[in-house]
Amino acid sequence: MTVDDEEVRHVASLARVDLDDEEVELFVEQFGDILEYFEALDDVPEVEREAELANVMRPDEVRESLSQEEALENAPETEDGYFKGPKVS
Amino acid sequence: MSYNAFITEATIEPTDDGPLDGVTVAVKDNISTEGVRTTCGSSMLDDYVPPYDATVVERLKAAGATIVGKANMDEFGMGTTTETSAFGATENPAAEGRVPGGSSGGSAAAVAAGEADAALGSDTGGSVRCPAAFCGVVGIKPTYGLVSRYGLVAYANSLEQIGPLAPTVEDAATVLDAIAGPDPNDGTTREEGANSNYADAADGDVDGLTIGVPTELLEGADESVRETFEAALDDLRGQGATTEEVSLPSVETAVQAYYVIAMSEASSNLARFDGVRYGKSGGYEGNWNESFANAREEGFGEEVKRRILLGTYALSAGYHDKYYKQAQDARAWVKQDFDEAFETVDVLASPTMPVPPFEMGESLDDPLQMYLADANTVPVNLANLPAISVPAGETDEGPVGLQLVGPAFEEETLIRAGSALA
Repeated sequence: MTVDDEEVRHVASLARVDLDDEEVELFVEQFGDILEYFEALDDVPEVEREAELANVMRPDEVRESLSQEEALENAPETEDGYFKGPKVS
Repeated sequence: MSYNAFITEATIEPTDDGPLDGVTVAVKDNISTEGVRTTCGSSMLDDYVPPYDATVVERLKAAGATIVGKANMDEFGMGTTTETSAFGATENPAAEGRVPGGSSGGSAAAVAAGEADAALGSDTGGSVRCPAAFCGVVGIKPTYGLVSRYGLVAYANSLEQIGPLAPTVEDAATVLDAIAGPDPNDGTTREEGANSNYADAADGDVDGLTIGVPTELLEGADESVRETFEAALDDLRGQGATTEEVSLPSVETAVQAYYVIAMSEASSNLARFDGVRYGKSGGYEGNWNESFANAREEGFGEEVKRRILLGTYALSAGYHDKYYKQAQDARAWVKQDFDEAFETVDVLASPTMPVPPFEMGESLDDPLQMYLADANTVPVNLANLPAISVPAGETDEGPVGLQLVGPAFEEETLIRAGSALA
């Protein structure tokens, strides 16, 4: 399993992580080794997966939560009580 | 504080009296503390101050504990050495010049150095047990669902549990009693930990206990580690335990399965760091996507980027079945193997880490070599089981830990057996 720099850049763009050229070069080499190591999963037998889990529900009721002010405390920028984000397009 | 065990030193007072009166506790810096910054060892969150406490922090304070600081860690829990922290590496107080293990290296170092009586870490693939082993202290990874993860900043949420570290099994069990039990804020918690009394199980009685030793987890270990481990087994046999070899063929693909699942979950969990609601801002030039990508380039370190990208790759169109689905099969296989082993033995024992503590700086260059060091700890997380690491002795290069694994929610058995050694 090998990957080239185009694939690393493509995955990085899907993950919304910018990389510099040096990081791309490093990851091309390392990802090849790591993905080759993952190849061993091809030999895993099929095993019956038992689902013993049950959903946990609660009534959908109004309860105490963070105030708007508290929720905004860690935002790098806010405007009129809202988070301020970059342009969508 | 020369070991760099803490990212932030603080004094958080107890809210009530209880079994932890007068006990000082270090809390890993991915566990939320109201009003005290919580960085996850990342420059992404270097000024993030949680507006609420994690459930485990509320419970520690209510049990009488005083929190003395936020412990250093590998960035977002991704590492085996505490060297990927954006706040500098932590040194091992029990083996100077060497790493304390990771990712909860600051928690283990604080306990080993006497800077805290006990600590909380989180264990996704060994992150409590590895540093406990390397620093010569006790660490417990509880059964999945025993301890609330509310307020723990998620890395790989299907695998991780918060667990205690302390100098003795009894002390670690006392902290586990305080934090275990159901929590309406974490739907994956179970009833089993309610009104627990794990501390009383620390009576060291191993007479009649059957200990299975998986050959696959011994084969890859360093000679010095094996010798120390065998000596600890002799000690347990001397106290009335019997040991027998068992085989767990599924563990041969556990590291692969673990990394595929952990990276995949990380790529989703860490998508929240967009620099808008909290964290490093990507600026307001350019569009939404460019700004996110910029924030994440600047805020994340190399190991975090590596895992997010590989996780994105493993989940992407055309690769999902090959990696993620097969990893889930491998996970089910590991569970089945453990279940079968527990039909004939009470607990399983292995060296916690196949190697003694690495020298600082030794291992940063080769991520795959680092991942392989997790071979003995990750199967436990894949199977959702409880495990404990107790000090087994020392090599010339530092402490060795002995890991005991038990059936789900049988923490008492592990605490009883572990307390025969520490």
